[in-house]
Amino acid sequence: MARTAERPAKAGTSLVPLAYRVAWRRRETADVVTIALEAVGESLAPFRAGQFHMLTAFGVGEVAISVSGTPGAPGPVEHTIRDVGAVSHALSRLPVGGVVGARGPFGTSWDVTGLADEDVVVIAGGIGLAPLRGAVHQLSGRRGPGRLTVLVGARTPDQLVFADDVRRWRELGADVRLTVDAATPDWGGEVGLVTSLLASASFDPARTVGLLCGPEVMMRFAAADLADLGVDPSRIRISLERNMQCGAGICGHCQLGPLLLCRDGPVVTYGGAVAALMGQVER
Amino acid sequence: MTEELAELVARHPLFAGLPTDVASLVAGCAHNAAFGAGELLLAEGEPAEALYLLRRGRVALEIRKPGSGQLVVETLRPGEVVGLSWLFPPHRWKTDARAMEPVGVVSVDAACLLAKAEADPAFGFALMKRLLPVLLSRLQATRVRLLDLYGDGAHR
Ligand SMILES: Cc1cc2nc3c(=O)[nH]c(=O)nc-3n(C[C@H](O)[C@H](O)[C@H](O)COP(=O)(O)OP(=O)(O)OC[C@H]3O[C@@H](n4cnc5c(N)ncnc54)[C@H](O)[C@@H]3O)c2cc1C
Ligand code: FES
Repeated sequence: MARTAERPAKAGTSLVPLAYRVAWRRRETADVVTIALEAVGESLAPFRAGQFHMLTAFGVGEVAISVSGTPGAPGPVEHTIRDVGAVSHALSRLPVGGVVGARGPFGTSWDVTGLADEDVVVIAGGIGLAPLRGAVHQLSGRRGPGRLTVLVGARTPDQLVFADDVRRWRELGADVRLTVDAATPDWGGEVGLVTSLLASASFDPARTVGLLCGPEVMMRFAAADLADLGVDPSRIRISLERNMQCGAGICGHCQLGPLLLCRDGPVVTYGGAVAALMGQVER
Repeated sequence: MTEELAELVARHPLFAGLPTDVASLVAGCAHNAAFGAGELLLAEGEPAEALYLLRRGRVALEIRKPGSGQLVVETLRPGEVVGLSWLFPPHRWKTDARAMEPVGVVSVDAACLLAKAEADPAFGFALMKRLLPVLLSRLQATRVRLLDLYGDGAHR
């Protein structure tokens, strides 16, 4: 039979979850774990960096979780989860071998292919580095004159995630800086607002692309600071979150103005309508 | 020597682009200074007598937190300014500032600088136009940090 757009939803891609098993798990911080999922049977379609899956903790509920692994990397698919409520708690407590439901991948991506010549400034707040991790892996391996700056902020040093990746990105030539709001002197890293690191970072605003992920208030200030430094707002991409239900552009739960963020986001271009919707208009 | 200092002053982002005679006025109050890792540039409660133009190494602003020792509340990098409490009464440092690594500064004598600013209001105004944005941006950064930017993480 010919495949048409009208055919019933295939398991995994839309409303019907596929069974995935926890292949391994790693604690990142006191309330954040990474779980790597492998298909029990049929696999989901390949994901792009920045996209998310809808994960079901059976008997508890379903939530949107970004893929924190690298597109195309062999092995199970990583998701990094902060335990904030019933479903994220159940997911983060799953033992190795535990089974979840997974649908997706959904949404837009960071779209970092084709950025070889551009300077890229990544700004992440706390676990906001998770949805960016795959993109940073891809960018740190690219060949081309573009420089890569990664600025990560967290409340305290013990809230910072992915220490091994940070080391690897630095070895590959990225300028990675970590900053916290407060620390004891043995921390040795930066203390201060994440955007204050921009002043000493090396990038040419005219050929810079910004990738931002974190709480909206952080992204709003970071985007405004990048724009003040001369980065074109249409070259700043941010990842927005709303309550997701269907993930497939059907239910309207994730609406932000004219956008359905499960379909038109989570990664959207800052500037224009999005900046206005985020409250930027009062500036 | 003062010429060299004037050049260092003029090259520091705080004074970049100022006419050389203004940089020379500042340099007339300045000398080079170095601090070893862990050494205090200034200590909370002590008289605030100098402006440090940070040239090399990072500096941690620390607050003594009773019961739990020192807390770093801000780190400053080369190109930034350490110590602004000399500007206004009571002219006492509000935090400690500690060298996180070997640090090189141009140390500007505050009384000398203030006297020149009083005597030459145009110089004084130029100085204020350089210092106030530093204060403003630190105030704004502090305000934004009050928002608890990362909450319990990116999703809060
Ligand atoms: C596209 C997308 C990608 C996401 N990626 C990740 C990820 O990679 N890792 C991760 O840990 N979480 C991620 N989230 C957030 C995650 O979906 C929510 O934390 C989860 O839905 C909370 O469900 P819960 O049942 O555990 O908690 P609930 O009981 O539903 O909520 C607990 C508390 O968290 C608040 N909350 C719930 N969802 C959000 C949210 N999206 N933003 C801010 N506050 C929220 C609620 O208001 C409540 O106060 C993502 C969300 C979206 C939309
Ligand atoms: S979550 Fe249903 S339309 Fe987006």
